[in-house]
Parts: sequence; structure tokens; C-alpha cells
Amino acid sequence: MIQGIPLEHFLIVSTIMFFIGVCGFIIRRNLITMLMAIELILNSVNINFVVFNRYLYPDQLQGHFFSLFIVGIAAAEASVAIALIINIYRKLQNIDVENVNELRF
Amino acid sequence: MTGYAYTILIPMIPLVMFLVTGLLGMKWKPIVSGLLGTIGMGTSWVLSLITAGSYFFGGHHAEGFQTIIPFETTWLRFTETLHINIGVLLDPISVMMLVVITTISFMVHLYSLGYMKGEKGFARFYAFLSLFTFSMLGLVIATNIFQMYIFWELVGVSSFLLIGFYYTKPSAVAASKKAFIVTRFADLGFLIGILILSFVTGTFDFGKLTEPGTAIFGSAASMSFMGISALTWAMTLIFIGGAGKSAMFPLHIWLPDAMEGPTPVSALIHAATMVVAGVFLVARMFPVIHFQAPDAQEIIGYVGGFTSLFAAVIAITQYDIKRVLAFSTLSQLGYMMLALGVSGYGGEEGLGYMASMFHLFTHAMFKALLFLGAGSIIHAVHSNYMYDMGGLRKYLPITHITFLIACLTIAGVPPLSGFFSKDEILVAALHHNKLLFAVEFLVAGLTAFYMFRLYFSVFWGKDRHYHHTPHESPLTMSIPLMFLAVASVFAGFLPFHHLVTSDKMGFDTEMHMAVAAPSVLIGLFGIAMAWILYKKESAVPEKLAQRWGILYTATYNKFYFDEIYLFVTKKIIFNYISRPIAWFDRHIIDGFMVGIGLVTEKIAYQIKGMQSGQLQHYAFMFVAGTLALALSLVYFLM
Amino acid sequence: MNVFLFYLFSGIILICSLLTITTRKILRAAVYLLCVLLATAGLYFMLNYQFMAAVQLTLYAGGIVVLIIFSILLTSHISHRFKHPDLVKLIMGVSTAVVGAGLVIATLLSHSFQAGSAPELPVDMTVIGTQLLSTEKNGYVLPFELISILLLAAMIAAIVIAKKDKNKNSEI
Repeated sequence: MIQGIPLEHFLIVSTIMFFIGVCGFIIRRNLITMLMAIELILNSVNINFVVFNRYLYPDQLQGHFFSLFIVGIAAAEASVAIALIINIYRKLQNIDVENVNELRF
Repeated sequence: MTGYAYTILIPMIPLVMFLVTGLLGMKWKPIVSGLLGTIGMGTSWVLSLITAGSYFFGGHHAEGFQTIIPFETTWLRFTETLHINIGVLLDPISVMMLVVITTISFMVHLYSLGYMKGEKGFARFYAFLSLFTFSMLGLVIATNIFQMYIFWELVGVSSFLLIGFYYTKPSAVAASKKAFIVTRFADLGFLIGILILSFVTGTFDFGKLTEPGTAIFGSAASMSFMGISALTWAMTLIFIGGAGKSAMFPLHIWLPDAMEGPTPVSALIHAATMVVAGVFLVARMFPVIHFQAPDAQEIIGYVGGFTSLFAAVIAITQYDIKRVLAFSTLSQLGYMMLALGVSGYGGEEGLGYMASMFHLFTHAMFKALLFLGAGSIIHAVHSNYMYDMGGLRKYLPITHITFLIACLTIAGVPPLSGFFSKDEILVAALHHNKLLFAVEFLVAGLTAFYMFRLYFSVFWGKDRHYHHTPHESPLTMSIPLMFLAVASVFAGFLPFHHLVTSDKMGFDTEMHMAVAAPSVLIGLFGIAMAWILYKKESAVPEKLAQRWGILYTATYNKFYFDEIYLFVTKKIIFNYISRPIAWFDRHIIDGFMVGIGLVTEKIAYQIKGMQSGQLQHYAFMFVAGTLALALSLVYFLM
Repeated sequence: MNVFLFYLFSGIILICSLLTITTRKILRAAVYLLCVLLATAGLYFMLNYQFMAAVQLTLYAGGIVVLIIFSILLTSHISHRFKHPDLVKLIMGVSTAVVGAGLVIATLLSHSFQAGSAPELPVDMTVIGTQLLSTEKNGYVLPFELISILLLAAMIAAIVIAKKDKNKNSEI
């Protein structure tokens, strides 16, 4: 734990980061930018895990390990997402999310 | 008393013929089906004659005729006590009916080879004829009332099919529907009667029901409904079924229209066999009716009497020769019913029963002859109406002679068969009910009059302008005519009082000159009247018709019974019962179902816009929903 | 010092994430994201999780961001500038973010966290390695294996999805 920094400050930072990610996911058209927004969200969650682990249960490593796993999952997700994006680009010649609307009424 | 096992073949052969010609007949030349059906029918006929010969004349009958059941099997078993059998029952009336049905049916098969030649659906016609014959034979040999009911309905179906044989003709279609619905309506009564009867007695079996002095009615006496005993109800309802098939007033309306069918069909079904099924039914249940439900027997007698008078009056004014014959049939059926209604049981008392069966037999012969003769005339002239005919005796000698014989027979001229049977009925009526006797006496005169009116206006009078010269029918048509003429002449000498009686014991009768002489005289009077009015064309009938005015018109229109029925069904039942029900069904029930579908569809159209395919909208909805849930949880629920 | 560094990193994180989603040039967005991730790694260092920070640097900053940049180069022109987002979407996104952030922050501020009093566990490689592959208490071998399978599956999936269709002669 860091002397002089309360837990809440970390949480506020990660919360703001999380909702910036959500906002980005909703307002951005470009699929890659949306992917980056997702990375922001994941990263904020990671911070939460680590901080909770360090501040509340310093004798254990659960949050630490879950962060590790989330990083792994993020890597997997990013690779699949990029494969998809490239495929979409091949089909549509752009990666605008508004054009990916085959699946509707 | 065994050795009658072959009788099962009598109905089975027509059934096989029906299946064969019905299923394969389309592929063959039409004549093959016709010949097959005729040969099969001939075999059945020969078998029936053998059966009748050995049953009636083989062996002693000092104790009366035995009831023989050569074949019986359980068809449906519900419980130990409730089961429905199917079998063959031989007793005097069923053996007699076997002979009648197979004889007429064989004649009609033969006749149709010529009459129906070149018609579309020749094979179909023969298939239906075989089906009808099978059903009718199954009906008369039924061992229990339920088997009878089954075949009863089969007979109704085949009658429906045959009346509607010319199914492209709207009037034929309407007639077949009418016949089916009216008889079906009456059969409802029959069914309810069967159910009451079997509930009361616990059996369907004729043997147990008609056994003299049986104890199964012990419990029935105490049961009653609306002040009338249960058995009277049952018997009256069963009689309603019989009245439907036998076209008794007021269910007679279908029979004249049934003449839309081909003429051989009219001869077979609507003159000789099916319409007497009702008479046969009453005769079959006679001991039950007579001993347990005398009120029902009264009803039978009066209905029969009224029908015979009513139909005879209408027959006088009709111009369609087949309709004249149809009303004549109605009238004669009324005779038979009346005879049953006035009959007692056993020996001399059972004269009415015997007379009824006797008349059934002779009537089958001469009425079939009349219809086949009418068919021959129609075949030659291509019209049904008397005013298109005249002077035909030169062109159709065989038809002329046979038709004359039939007319004399029905008019009751001795020594032809009709004289004997009608005379017996009159005697029976005289013994029991003077009013009914008077009615029948009058009808005998009317019968002679309208038959000879028909005869004279068809065969005498002036020639009409025919499209081509009428010619005598082919041999296949004239042989049945001649055979039936011979049968009509000699059938009266059969010793019916020894053979077919109410208690199966023979008895002796004698000529009742006091009845016979006046009845012959009134018949001759009727013939003379017809001679005067119709032998030569004259204006007298026209003037008479005008003088009688309203009465004549009413009679000509059959007393407006069709119109009354139409009014009741179309105006009252359709408008005030069926239409509200139909409206309810169409608008409330259907409307509810359609409404469910419509609402779902409308909602689906409204909400499908949400499924926009825009990923970011979904994401927004998801996050907003989550937030809304979280907000409500945090601030309103905790 | 620590306090200063924390606020520095926090500031970098907040500003750069905001820039990531607002910039109109995609490559810049990727660079801003990189800054966010680096600053996060700095936070991990401060919290004394060296291994976690190292993973963050190598995997996130090194792997994923490179992957993203690579795909950007494949699919976009560098000079391409985004259009401004729709007003509707802007309202939707910003309102959700503001409401959500407000709700969460209000909630967490109203809650008092009980700080753990136990002594800190030294997080060296031995401990991490033992616990990661242990089946005992505090052992994480099951999620470890799951992650490995997931990664394998993701790899195969990525290859299959991105593979060029043999039947079609599309460009790229």
C-alpha cells in the first residue's frame, strides 16, 4: 500500500477510466477504436483487482492472479477481435461498425 | 337344423363385387364390371332361392319355423355383458326378405346392363348397386338390433350415393342431400330408441327380445318418462327410425325427390327394398311392440293409414310418371304399416302381420315391375312427363303388356297377387279398426284410379311428336320385365299364411267375400273412372281441375309440405338458430383467435425496429439497463 | 514523492484515456492507449507488484498495442481523420458515462473499506510460480490451465477467421 493515498482514490481513477471506455465504445464508429475502448475497460478492472488485493487482503494473491488471467484473456480477445476486423475489412472495404448490420430484422 | 353355413355367402358376394368393381372397375371396359356384378348377384339369388326352398319346404313344421343362426361372431366386446355380435339369422321374414332383395336386385342388375349402357360411371353404378345389396342383405339377416343399425346406416349411405349418381345435376345433388338428412334425422330417433331398449333389457339380441313370454321386460314396467313407459318411448323412437326409411308422413318428403336417381335405382331402392326396411324393422320388433308398447302400435297404425291416403291423393295430380309411382309407393308402404298396426299376435289374430309381409312381397314384385316399365318408357321417349307421352302401346308392346299387368295387380284385380295381399290387409283392418278400414277401402279405389290414369295417358291417347320413333327396349331390359310380370301374376298363390306369420306357426285363412267383393268393385270403379277421363284425350280432366281450384293446386304441390319444411329449416332454424351460432363462431371464437395472432403480429412489427443491427445501440441499451437496475437497487430497494 | 507519482500516473491515465476515445486520428489513439497502459504499469510498480507490472508492460504495451497498431496499418490510412460522432450517439455515450461514473463513485464513497491488517506477503517469483502451479490451498493451476486452453483456442480461431478464403480472390 502506498502511504498517504487512500483506497478510494485508486477506485475513483479506475471508475472514471472504466466509464471513459464505455463512452468510447458507444460513440466511436471505428471497430479498432472500439477495441481500444474495451482494452481501457479491462485495464480499469485490472487496477481494481490489484488495488483491492493490496489494500484489503495483503496476505493473499487472488487479485494479483486474476489480473494476470485477465491480461491473458485480453490478449486472446484482442487477437480474435483483430482477426474478425480484418475479415470484415475484406468484405466491406472499411471497418465502420454501422455497416456491420447484417444481423437485424 | 344346421347346414345353412353357405348363407353367409349371400351378402358376402355383393361385398366382394363392390370391392372388385369399385377398386378395379375404372381400368376395365365398363361392360366387364356390369357382367361381373350381374353374375355375382345371380349367384346370390340362386343361393337365396335354395335357402328359401330348404327352409320353407324342407322338413316338417308342425311346431312352427325355428329361428336358425348359422353363423355368429363377436365383433365388439366392451364388457362381459355388453358386446355387439355380427351374424346371420334365418327366420321366416328374413328368408323371405333375402328372396325379395336378391330377386329384385338381380333383375335390376340385368336391366341396368341395357338401361345404363353408355352412361358415364357405369362401373361406379354397379359398384354402388353391389354395396347397396350387401348392406340391405346384412340388414335383414341381422342377429341383433345393433348390427341392424350398422347396416341401416350403410343402406342410407348407398341410397345417398345412388340418388346422387348424376352428381353434375344440381337437382340430383339436392335430392340426395335431402334424402340423407331426412333419414339421418329419423335415424337419430332409432339410435336413441335402441339405447333405451338396451338399457331397459340389457340385450341387443333379437332372439332374446322377441321370445314369447320373456322375463327381460320385468324391470321395464316400472320405468317411465313423462307419464309414458320407457318401452313405449323406445318403440316409438325406433318406429320413427323406420318411418324415416319407409318415408312415412311427415318424413315422406325425401322419397319423391329421390326419383332424381337412375330409374333402376328407384326400382331397387325406393320401391322394393330399402323403403320396406322400416316395415321390416317394425315386423322384426313386432312381439315387443305388440305386448310391451300397445300405444306405439296404435301410432304405427294411424301413421300408416294417414300416409296411404295422403300419398294416394297427391298421386292423382302428379304428371311426372316416376313421381306418381313414388307416391304410389308411399301409399302402399302406408298399407303395410297399417297392417302391422292393426295386427294381433298368433294364429288368426296375427293376420295383419302376415298380410303386411305378404303385401311387402307382392308389392316388391309389381312396384319394381312398374318402375322398370317406367324406365323402359323413359328410355324410349326421353322424358319423365305424361304430357310428352301417348299412344305408346304400338311402339312398346312388351312394356305395354307388363305395365298393364302391374297396374291391374296394384289395383287389386283378382286373381293377380295384389288382390290377395290387399284383401288380407283389409280384412285385418276390418277386424280391429273400422276407421282405418274405411280409409284403406277408399285408398284402394284411389290407387286403381291414379294407376290407370297413368296407364291410359301413357299408352293410349294421341301420338305425340317424338324426336324419333320410340322403340322397344333391348332384351336385357325386357327379360326382367317379363320375369317380374310373371312373378306379379302368380305370387298371390304362395301360401303365405303357412309360411310367414307372427308366431311362426301356420294357420288357415279363407276368402272373405264380404270384403273382397266390395274392394274389387271399388278398384274396378276407379279403373272405369280413369277409362272415361283419360282413355281419349278430353277436356274433362282440365275442367274438373279448374272446378276444384285451390284443392287441386294444393294437391298438385303436395300440400306444400316441401315448402313448410323449407320454411322451418331455412327461415326459422337457419335464421334464428344457425345464424347466431355461426356469427358467434365466426366473430367471437374466430375473432379471439385471429385477434391473438393480429396483436402478436402488430407488436412484432412495432418492436422489430429495436433489432437494428447497430452494435452500439445494443451496448447502450445494455449499459443503460444495468445502470437502471443498479440505481433502483441502490436507492429504492435498500 | 509517492503521492506525487500517484497523482502523476493518475493524471496521465485519465487524460490519455480521454484522448484515446476523442482523438480523430486512429494511430494517435493507439499511442494514447499505450501511454495509459504504461502509466498503469507504473501504478503496479508503486503497489510493489513488480511481476504484474512486467506482465503489463510486455503483454499489454508490448503485445496488444503492437497488434492493434499492426491492424491499423492493415486497414486504415494514416492520414485518415474520423468524422465527428453522431449527436445522438454522443449524448447516449456521455450521459451513460456520467451517470454511471456518478453512481459508482457515490456508492464507493459512501462505503468505508476495512483495510487489511495482516502483514504484506512478499511477492517474489518463487511465491508466484509456486502458487500458480499448485493444487494446494491458494493454488491456481485450474484457471491457469483454462487460460492456456483459451489461448490455444483463440489462436486457432484467429488463424481460421483471418485466413484468406481459397475460393475467393479478394485483395489483402
